[in-house]
Amino acid sequence: MSTDSELKPARTYPFGDPDRLNLNPIYEQLRRTEPLTRVRLPYGEEAWLATRYDDVRTVLGDARFSRAASVGRDEPRTHPHQGDSGMLAMDPPEHSRLRKLIAKAFTARRVETLRPRTQEIANQLLDDMERHGSPADLVEHFATPLPVTVICELLGVPFADRDRFQLWSEAIISTTSLTPQQIMEYLGNLHAYIAGLIAQRRERETDDLLGAMVKARDEDNDRLTETELVQLSAGLLAAGHETTVTQLPNFVYVLLTNPDRFAELRADPSLVPAAVDELMRYVPLGTAAAFARYATEDVMLGDVLVRAGEPVLGALASANRDDKVFDHPDELDFHRESNPHIGFGHGPHHCVGAQLARMELQVALQTLVTRFPNLQLAVAEEELPWKKGMLVRGLKELPVRW
Amino acid sequence: MSGQWQVAVDRDRCIGSGLCAGTAPAHFALVDKKSTPLHPLVDPDEAVTDAADCCPVEAILITDPTTGTTLAPL
Repeated sequence: MSTDSELKPARTYPFGDPDRLNLNPIYEQLRRTEPLTRVRLPYGEEAWLATRYDDVRTVLGDARFSRAASVGRDEPRTHPHQGDSGMLAMDPPEHSRLRKLIAKAFTARRVETLRPRTQEIANQLLDDMERHGSPADLVEHFATPLPVTVICELLGVPFADRDRFQLWSEAIISTTSLTPQQIMEYLGNLHAYIAGLIAQRRERETDDLLGAMVKARDEDNDRLTETELVQLSAGLLAAGHETTVTQLPNFVYVLLTNPDRFAELRADPSLVPAAVDELMRYVPLGTAAAFARYATEDVMLGDVLVRAGEPVLGALASANRDDKVFDHPDELDFHRESNPHIGFGHGPHHCVGAQLARMELQVALQTLVTRFPNLQLAVAEEELPWKKGMLVRGLKELPVRW
Repeated sequence: MSGQWQVAVDRDRCIGSGLCAGTAPAHFALVDKKSTPLHPLVDPDEAVTDAADCCPVEAILITDPTTGTTLAPL
């Protein structure tokens, strides 16, 4: 048992620049030999990094690990700014007070009612892409407008304003792509924009999610403050599309560079729901583990004692490749009997939009493989442009032909 | 509300998100990666209804056993 966090020299983290969607092999080595390791990030205090599935789930899901305790600490992070991360800086029961206000709009049952409309949007976008002609950029024609339209309609945000709020939304996933000043400015703009939509709803009620949240606040001020209302709505708008907008091209990229798997889906589109979960497991969306949890008491993680007050980062992507849980973890396999991946996180902060993202990704892939059975990359793989300086890995463009 | 609450989890529906166990650790635990109530009857506690209200697949049902009324999710 090692008990002293000071004895081990910290590794520099992240482990180098992200290479497309490849997971650095050092994670595999750490899972085997040093499942809890000391890391130092470009900013903030030293931390533990957990790489095994069981440990990562404990860090994310066990109430002895806190996000609220990060407030006031110099959080380990990849970027200079340390913003107020809203719900992600709260623990239950404070966190539950806000979470339950929005959770019911994102349950599996409610999300299913959005599926027909999502299908309609997907069909229209692919009609347009077909009219545009081959080749076309899938990011611009499909992967961006699909989730943006869905979240706009759900929240009640005008799609016509997308150029503005999409620009500002980058502030929530930027590490170094924007300057700290730009991040502050963009967040300020986004919050002011949302405040305007909230004011409209006080003039005239609407039956969208934004309207429901305004009503919840105005009926009972204790449920959420005005600042929380604005931040929560802005967070839903920004997170509600940034992630799926990024992950959908990632999924298509993986399928087009693994043509056997693409062929499998084309031959049997009923595999798509399993494929979406397998791709969630397989694709490391994040560039690095983030949002450390702070131990509120001494906790043993495997053989290591994490002391009260110490931060622990959970590497989701590494947990999703743990061979103690997943057979042949580095293979993309649409026939896994069970797939308890934590691609959407785990515990109180499990992605509130997980069911919506699943549905959107299912509709998108099912429609793509059916409508464009000969879909291929339109440029050489090495020419694909990858984003830099973000919390997530993703493509700026994905030129395809059919 | 003076009587106890009944806590049930539909393990077929549960996706093991860990929301309930993280939200109300005195009342739920993950067993074989799926949620399980620690006690079928509990004293009224908002953490229990919070967990049911936050569950992404509505796999948790909190009822008043005397009347059968659903207390959460609403």
